Amino acid sequence: MDDKLLKKRIIKNIKVDTKKCAGCRACEMACSAFHAVPKYSSVNSGRSRIMVLIDEVRDMFVPIRAGEYTEAECNGRNTYIIDGKEYNECTFCPASCPSRDAFRDPDSGLPLKCDMCEDDPPVEKPMCVEACTFGALTYEEREVWEEVESAKHGEMEIGLKAMIKKHGLKKVMDTVARVSKS
Amino acid sequence: MRYAETGYNLEIDLSKGSIEKVETNPKDMEQYLGGNGINAKLLFERVPPGVDPWSPDNLLIFGNGLLNGTSVPGANRVSVDTIAPLNGLMGHSLMGGFFGAEMKMAGYDRIVLSGKAPDLVYIAIRNDKVEIRDASHLRGKGMYDTACTIRKELNDERAWVAAIGPAGENRVMMSSIDCGNSSAARTVGPVMGSKNVKAIAIRGTKDVNLAHPAELWELTSKLRKQLDANPNVGDWMAVDEDDSFHHNNFSWGNARTRLKNFWSASLEERWRNLKYDHMSRQSGCWNCPKACHNVIQWPGRRRFSYKCYGKDTYHMASFQELDFTYEILGIAQDLGLDSYSTPQTVAFALELLDAGILTEKDFPGMPSDIRGRFYYLIHKIAFREDIGDVLAHGISGAAAIIGKGAEKYDHNTVKKFEQLPIKLGKLNPAYYLMIATGEDMAITQIEGSFPQDPIADPELREEFIRNWTACPDDKFKEWFRQWEKRDQLPDDAMCAISDWNECMHYLDDSLGFCGFVSSFRGQFGGTTGYDVWNMPKVVTHATGVEFDKDRIWECFMRNRTLVRALNSRAGLRRYMERPPEDHWAVRNEEYEQQLLTKYYDFKGWTFDGIPTKETLEKLNLDYVAEDLIKRGVLTGDEVTALNDARARKEKE
Repeated sequence: MDDKLLKKRIIKNIKVDTKKCAGCRACEMACSAFHAVPKYSSVNSGRSRIMVLIDEVRDMFVPIRAGEYTEAECNGRNTYIIDGKEYNECTFCPASCPSRDAFRDPDSGLPLKCDMCEDDPPVEKPMCVEACTFGALTYEEREVWEEVESAKHGEMEIGLKAMIKKHGLKKVMDTVARVSKS
Repeated sequence: MRYAETGYNLEIDLSKGSIEKVETNPKDMEQYLGGNGINAKLLFERVPPGVDPWSPDNLLIFGNGLLNGTSVPGANRVSVDTIAPLNGLMGHSLMGGFFGAEMKMAGYDRIVLSGKAPDLVYIAIRNDKVEIRDASHLRGKGMYDTACTIRKELNDERAWVAAIGPAGENRVMMSSIDCGNSSAARTVGPVMGSKNVKAIAIRGTKDVNLAHPAELWELTSKLRKQLDANPNVGDWMAVDEDDSFHHNNFSWGNARTRLKNFWSASLEERWRNLKYDHMSRQSGCWNCPKACHNVIQWPGRRRFSYKCYGKDTYHMASFQELDFTYEILGIAQDLGLDSYSTPQTVAFALELLDAGILTEKDFPGMPSDIRGRFYYLIHKIAFREDIGDVLAHGISGAAAIIGKGAEKYDHNTVKKFEQLPIKLGKLNPAYYLMIATGEDMAITQIEGSFPQDPIADPELREEFIRNWTACPDDKFKEWFRQWEKRDQLPDDAMCAISDWNECMHYLDDSLGFCGFVSSFRGQFGGTTGYDVWNMPKVVTHATGVEFDKDRIWECFMRNRTLVRALNSRAGLRRYMERPPEDHWAVRNEEYEQQLLTKYYDFKGWTFDGIPTKETLEKLNLDYVAEDLIKRGVLTGDEVTALNDARARKEKE
């Protein structure tokens, strides 16, 4: 019989409503100011972990948040054609990658990644959302319950039996007791 | 380290092809703040009188407002300044959007263009990397294609491109410099054309440093919320579809005809639908919670945007409706024509045709319908073909060339600049002063803080006074309390009101604030985004230099006086300071002249409107006084206007 272990996880999400974006770039300003050292001591869109793609003639206003760093370029790419305009294959990509300079610290070249403004004490919502007076960016937290290791209960039993067979029950129990204390 | 400003100018001599990053004096910020103030200083020091504005010796300066590119909301205006070829005085225009913030982040407070490139070029700036590139392939191209081509060449979708269209290349007086949805006009476009610069592309990734981080952040976060929530700031025309004000009160055609009952509920409904059926969204400028640009998609046209009164100028000049503006505006903008002066110039030409001063021969192949005629003429002007070559000089310039009585039809210019088409009955003394003496050459760039009309209901009046947070001094409250008839306030009140109105614009232009969150919006509701109380706090925390109301007011006086001195040196005199003769139906020359004398005196200027030596020295403008004396503009012994013998004679 398997025990199901459930663990609560908070998923932080920024919802982007591109229709509401006015392209003011206050999100870029706020992000760069929050992550400046000391905090709020400078503004620099080039250091922002969010950038707004603006194309007024195509009515394209898309805030893009920096995602995971990737060491290699993509194997294949996407070209988007929206409203008749062809967008560069990297236009909507959130990754910091070797093929371009977006989402890299302009001085060190190190990748930039959105950290949802984690802080101590925690901020109510990320700074870009706070600065967005147009409601294009909204913050939501979602609770999810995830199963942890529950299906592997049987597998663990097989492994333990093999260990007992090899080292004897007492030695295994002593080891478990010691490990659990550390 | 320098705070709020970068401490560097980018100096580009186009004749030599030299590019220099020049460190500036931090004391200049303390004296002039930035924007138009420091631009005026550079023009004073480096463009002596007698320099032909078209010559390589003229400068074209893109000067960042001090607070652009910082966390201060609503600060993004770049003062684009030059010596205007239209009248030889300082030409001043403001460009919002993103050019200023990008320039700051590229590491520059201003870009100073001198000389003239041997052939058409564009300038590409990415932080310290600055290139002058060939632009021969962009010749004749519109704004949009120019920006797209340059972004592609630089492989940078995020570069902001400020460009001139064919109109600017052809040195049309009414041409503009456009960057995205923002634009600078008032003769800076033709000067850019005369320097053979098609465009400047800019992108920056450097820090703009702030002196008191925590205090500034707390203050600006609060200000952002206040601006957002305050219905009195921003462009009311972006949200209110009742535009009876302009249509019933402003004049149509060549600033001629008032249609007092034009507006109706059914028209409003029809236009509201026209707008919302075609509007993609409203967009904004750098770090501003107001979105004043209406982005319009009209069938068969590229998307374009407009703000404020730009919505009305084409259809009012042609006696059409809003759909005509929607039809033509995107095309005119792409040609690089300013929507303030161009429609008036076209209407002026058509009036001359009606009057027989120009004939059908001057307009070969012109369609017979009014809309067709406007399309025909904006193209003729932009490419300087046929009569367009003459009209390209602007109304005043064209009238002088055409002669044969055409000068009479040039009835709505001041110092040769086209004005708002307002024709009213009774003289308004404060407006008389502002229109006569304003050197930004447009009433919208000087009015805006003191309400335009008294409040009749004493209780509402008191309530207004109680909530009047922007009011800089209790004397204004006293005057407002007594105020019953629009044109009736003591002369000293009229002078002080004009001065305060002007103060707010000068502070905006040097700090980078948009008039819609500050100077232009105080008159409505009395609580605007920025005033002389909170501006110094923002500047103190951004720069680390302590400012208070008195100190920032002194910066206004210094900048204002410097601009006046620059223009006095270039020949500006009392006789040129006249609102259009038909601005009001009822005039009183004697009273107007006496009031003008009082205002000059209030400002510390001579009877001729020149700042006295004493006035200049009080504002640390000793070098200006010395220069004016050396050139014989001042003797140094002048007294202020009221102490002049001519003033005493005036009084008798």
